[in-house]
Order: sequence, then structure tokens, then C-alpha cells
Amino acid sequence: MSTDAPETDEVGLGDYQFGFHDSTDDYEFKSRKGLDREIVGQISEMKKEPAWMRDFRLKSLETFESRPMPSWGGDMSELDFNDIYYYMKATKGQERSWDDVPEDIRKTYDRLGIPEAEKKFLSGVKAQYDSEVVYGSLKEDLAKEGVLFTDTDSALREHPEIFREYFSTIIPPEDNKFAALNSAVWSGGSFIYVPPGVHIEFPLQAYFRINSENMGQFERTLIIVDEGASAHYVEGCTAPTYSSDSLHSAVVEIVVKRGGRFRYTTIQNWSNNVYNLVTKRAMAYGDALMEWVDGNLGSRLTMKYPAIYLMEPGARGETLSIAFAGEHQHQDAGAKMVHCAPNTSSRIISKSISKDGGRSSYRGLVKVEDGAHHCKSNVVCDALILDSDSKSDTYPYIEVEEQDVAIEHEASVSKIAEEQLFYLMSRGLSEAEASAMIVTGFIEPLVKELPMEYAVEMNRLIELQMEGSVG
Amino acid sequence: MSSLLKITDLHVSVADTPILKGVNMEIRQGEIHALMGPNGSGKSTLAYALAGHPNYAITAGSIEIDGVNITELAANERARLGMFLAFQYPVVIPGVKVADFIRHAVSNIRNPDRKEGEGLIGMREFRKEIKARMEELGMDIEFARRYLNDGFSGGEKKRMEILQMAMLHPKFAILDETDSGLDSDAVRVVSEGLAKLSGPDMGVLIITHHERLLEFNPPQFTHVMLGGRIVETGDAALAHDLHANGYATVRERHPDAAADNAKAEETAAV
Repeated sequence: MSTDAPETDEVGLGDYQFGFHDSTDDYEFKSRKGLDREIVGQISEMKKEPAWMRDFRLKSLETFESRPMPSWGGDMSELDFNDIYYYMKATKGQERSWDDVPEDIRKTYDRLGIPEAEKKFLSGVKAQYDSEVVYGSLKEDLAKEGVLFTDTDSALREHPEIFREYFSTIIPPEDNKFAALNSAVWSGGSFIYVPPGVHIEFPLQAYFRINSENMGQFERTLIIVDEGASAHYVEGCTAPTYSSDSLHSAVVEIVVKRGGRFRYTTIQNWSNNVYNLVTKRAMAYGDALMEWVDGNLGSRLTMKYPAIYLMEPGARGETLSIAFAGEHQHQDAGAKMVHCAPNTSSRIISKSISKDGGRSSYRGLVKVEDGAHHCKSNVVCDALILDSDSKSDTYPYIEVEEQDVAIEHEASVSKIAEEQLFYLMSRGLSEAEASAMIVTGFIEPLVKELPMEYAVEMNRLIELQMEGSVG
Repeated sequence: MSSLLKITDLHVSVADTPILKGVNMEIRQGEIHALMGPNGSGKSTLAYALAGHPNYAITAGSIEIDGVNITELAANERARLGMFLAFQYPVVIPGVKVADFIRHAVSNIRNPDRKEGEGLIGMREFRKEIKARMEELGMDIEFARRYLNDGFSGGEKKRMEILQMAMLHPKFAILDETDSGLDSDAVRVVSEGLAKLSGPDMGVLIITHHERLLEFNPPQFTHVMLGGRIVETGDAALAHDLHANGYATVRERHPDAAADNAKAEETAAV
């Protein structure tokens, strides 16, 4: 590993392979720690934003400050908002060639395998490093067809009309305390516009990397898939392992218009000192299909419930959620489906794994509004607990204001996989090998939904999580 | 020299309740032993304890293979030394393909020093071998691609156990009621399968309530378990007698063990 990473061993998280970090000495700009009007104003000024955005940020800060911390979900008692850097800019600007990205940062992305993946099977890439996107690319033919794939700051400058039409309309700052926080200090994130009828064959990938200690990363993503268009967006996230905490609080807003299809895949693998508190919501219009594939492997605490609002008849929503909680981890993950129109359908499949004292919770909501008749919803949650120190809970909420609907909910009894382990070990498999096999099998129905490259990556990450940490 | 499995004064507890109270037995490669006894006598407990189930605590006594004490070894280490248990209730493992699982198992058993992540047995060689064994057991090759025991019928599960045994060539195989819950055709397939596999290189301990398996695989030794002890040992005629006449006379001859057994049955019923 990097010579820069002694912390890895100090905090006993030696299994995490992305725990290295680069020096921050040559950063373009570092805000002081803490959050107030001055910091928010400074961020807006650095970005040379229009007045409306500055005012939006300041108002959001007030909303953030006025809201209490959530009383449910995970333990955030040690999260100190004053001990966080809210804006860290590593480089002057975004580059279009990896050769122009500063060497240590480029090396970091090399180790994460991004340039290699880009060459092989991606339509475009955004690489965010702390607060700003440092590299971006989009295949030329897609640009010619009118596809926009930029960082969100550039979208505000270069496409102000479409930006303002949608920004914050799906998740307003008042939605929740962390949406307000993101609205006040947002920086970076992806902006995607897919014009009507355009199909993007290969995934667009964003990679979010936290580098600094006590960093707060607040990317803001806005995606519009126009009528009859389709795309697949994939995000990956990692961070160095530090003994103090970092905060990642993103807002992701998506609109899928009539007949469009969009899949948003997350492979979240933050180090175990990151609070990951994210609000993600999509609106799907007539006959559109929106899918979240949400893999949560890392972080100290994740609270994330990707939502789909089914706005017009024929809209479909699907969420596949995989959560893996290891030592000192709490994954509070799930999904929300809101049926606002008749003849809409949704499906939630959740698989969670807990081991070495980890805790995973499924928290989900299926809501059918008055008048949304002939809706269908199917929810399946399975939990696998690998040892008796670990925990799993299920919080399924169903709110139905309409008679004529079909809602199904199945939750498999969480069980300790002891008998499965013994069975495999009695055939000569080591405990680690047997655990990895059980876990890989458990999530197989979800992993096979992923494009091959990501399926391989997901299985590799799960194996790494399992390796050397058992028995 | 044939290998020897030696069980000496074995005491086993489950959740702090003593079940086995001093079991002695010696099984050599090439021998077939039958283990019989009423419900609650401790037959399955002996099977799990031999295979190394972590919930079956060995509180006294020892298990040895060729003089090597394996009492403290984990299940996978015992398997690599040649121990095999055909489960009474084979475990379902969703998402894990039969072929993938057996390939890992074979790689570990044939190369006992293999570390996880190291090379597996060659795919071509493995495929050829498993196909041949499946044909012998009258199994559809399609099963190799299915998830382990997932959606299998009772007979299919038991056949899967015999297939694993055929692939792993254990020195000592314990069959825990492999014939229970099967129709007569399935019992025949399993019985013939075992008869084909057993030979001079395998010591077999058959736990059974039925006679069919023993007809195809006549035991040289029959042990009767009662109240967590082996109370009598005889030859095939003893097995035959117990099938015909039940355990009443055994209980009469061993009243203390019979009383312990009655207690265990009561507890199990609660």
C-alpha cells in the first residue's frame, strides 16, 4: 500500500484495500473547519455563482440549522458538524485527459481502476476528488447526439435554463436535515441530460473519492432522461481510512420522462470512518422504468432509502438493495416507492448480510395515494446473519389510501448461517471460503442483474470483506 | 496398513446437556458398521460430533484417526483427514451451484494443504469426473448447475450426499439415516450407490432404522446405542433381530441406559 497510510493498521481496518491517501499540501483551496454563513458564502464565491444560488444556499443553511437530528435510524451522536471541512479543492479545474491530472491524484484513480475501465466499457467518466470533479470525459458520438454529461457546477454555468427547471424540484432543502445541508454546501456531482429517443449503450460512470481527513463531501447529482431515452449510470465511492470521521451527504435528483428507462447503480465502499447520509429520489412518468441498484458495502453508518415516485400510469419502479455490515458498521438501507397514479407497479428486493458484530436494517416504504388504483407492489427482504454477534432488523412501512391494489410483502426470517457453514466445512472448505461462498450465493440473484464488469467487481469486494476476518 | 478411526470414552454435550456418556468404537477402512438404537439414544449426536459440528461439545474422551487426535480439529480439517458425514438433513445453500461447491470440496480434500484462493482442480478433468459419477448414480447432469439442495426432493438431496461421497473418496463415511424419508426406489439407488463405493478403502458407519440399506451393505458389526452409550455389539444377525423384534429386550437387559434414554426422549418431546 501507499507509504502514506500508517493509519490503516492503527485503527485495525487492515482488510480495507482503499484506505490509502494522498498529501493535501498542494491543494488549491481548503476551507476552515466548521459551517456558518461565511463558509457557505465563500463556497458560492469560489464557484462564481449567480446570486440566486448563493441565496438558495444561505436559506438552506437556515433550514439545516433549524431542523433537529433524526431520532431514528443510526447512531449519529459522535458526528460533529464543527469538526468537518466543508470545501476542499485539490486542483485548479477539471481535466479532459488523465495526463493533465496531477500525478498523485491520477495514481489514486489508477489504483481504483478507473482509467482502465473507461477504456474498456464506459461511455463517459466523472472523477470527483474531495469537493470538485478533477476529470471528465464523454464519448464524442454521444456529445454529438446532444447528451450532456458534466459536473453539476458546470451545468449551472453552461446550461442554466434546464438546470434551474429541475434543480431542487425533486428534493427541496426542506425535505430533510441532510438534504438541507447538501443544498447549503453542495459541490460537484454529475449532471446528465439524455435527449428524447437517445439510447446510451455503455454505462456512464462517476467515481467519488474522499481524500482529506475530516472531509465533508456533498455532491449534487441531477439527471434528466427525456422521453423514450435510456441510460445506465454507475457510481463508485471509496475513502482513506482515518481514525477520525468524515461525512458524505449527497443529494441525487432524477427525472425519467414518458417511456424512458434509467438505471442507477451504486457500489458504495467508503472506509469505516465515513457517515454516509444520502437522499436519492427519482420521478418516473408514463410507462417509464426507473431502477436503483444500491450496493452498500462500506461506511461507518449509511442511511439511504432511494425513492421512486410513480407519477403517471404505466410507470414502473424497481430497487435492488444489497447491504453488507461488517465490524463497527451499521447499514440502515432500503427503498421507498410512492404510487401517485393508477396502473403503476413497483418491486423492492433487499438482501442484507451482517457479520462480525455488524448491523443491517431494511427500512422501506410503499405508499399508494388515493386514486392510484390497480397498483402492484412486491417487496422481498432476506437477511443473512453470519454470527451471533451481528444483527439485522426490518422496518417495512405500508401506507395505502386506495382499495383496489395488490401489495405483497415477504421477509425471510433472519437466521444465523451456522448450519450452512458447518455443511460446507464438513466438505473441506475453510471457514473463510465457506462464508464467502454462502454470501456470494446469497446475493447471486442481485449480482446477476449487474453488467458483467460490475458483477465481477461486486463479488471481488464481497470476497475481500470476507477474507481473513473470520475465525 | 488400513486406517483406523478410534473413538474412546466419548462424552458430548449439546447446549450443556450431556448426550453421549462414554462411547467406544473402532472402525477400520474396509469395514461396515451399523449403528442402531431408539430415538433419543444419541446416534445423530455421535455423527455430528465425529464430523466436528461446533455446537456438539466434546467434554471428555477422544477421536483419533491413525493415532492422530482430531478431537480439537475443525470440521474442514477433519474432512481433509478423510472424515465424511452424509447428512440426515442436507442443508440448502441458495445461489451456490452444485458443481462449484463440489469442485472446491474436491480441491481441498485432494490437496489438504491448499489455502483458500489457491488453484482449484482443473475444470476439464473435474467436469469429466463429476459427469461419470452422476451417470453412475442415475443423476441428471443438469443437477450440477442447480443451486445446492435448493428445491431438491428428499431423494435428490440424499443422492447429492452420495455423489459428494463418491467425489471425495473419504476414508471414513458416516451415513446418518440416509435411507429415511425415501421411497423404495430411492432407497435402492442410495443402497446400490453405497455398495459400489464402499470397499477396502472406506470404513462405513451406517445409522439406520431400516433394513434395506443393510441388505445391500451387510455390516460386519452392529452396535446398539441406548441412553448415550453403546450397550451391545454384535454382527449382522443382531441388526436383523432388532429390526424384527424392536428394542424391548435391549431395554430390559440395560435398565440404567433405558432410563437415561427415556429421559432424553421426554426432553426432546418438550
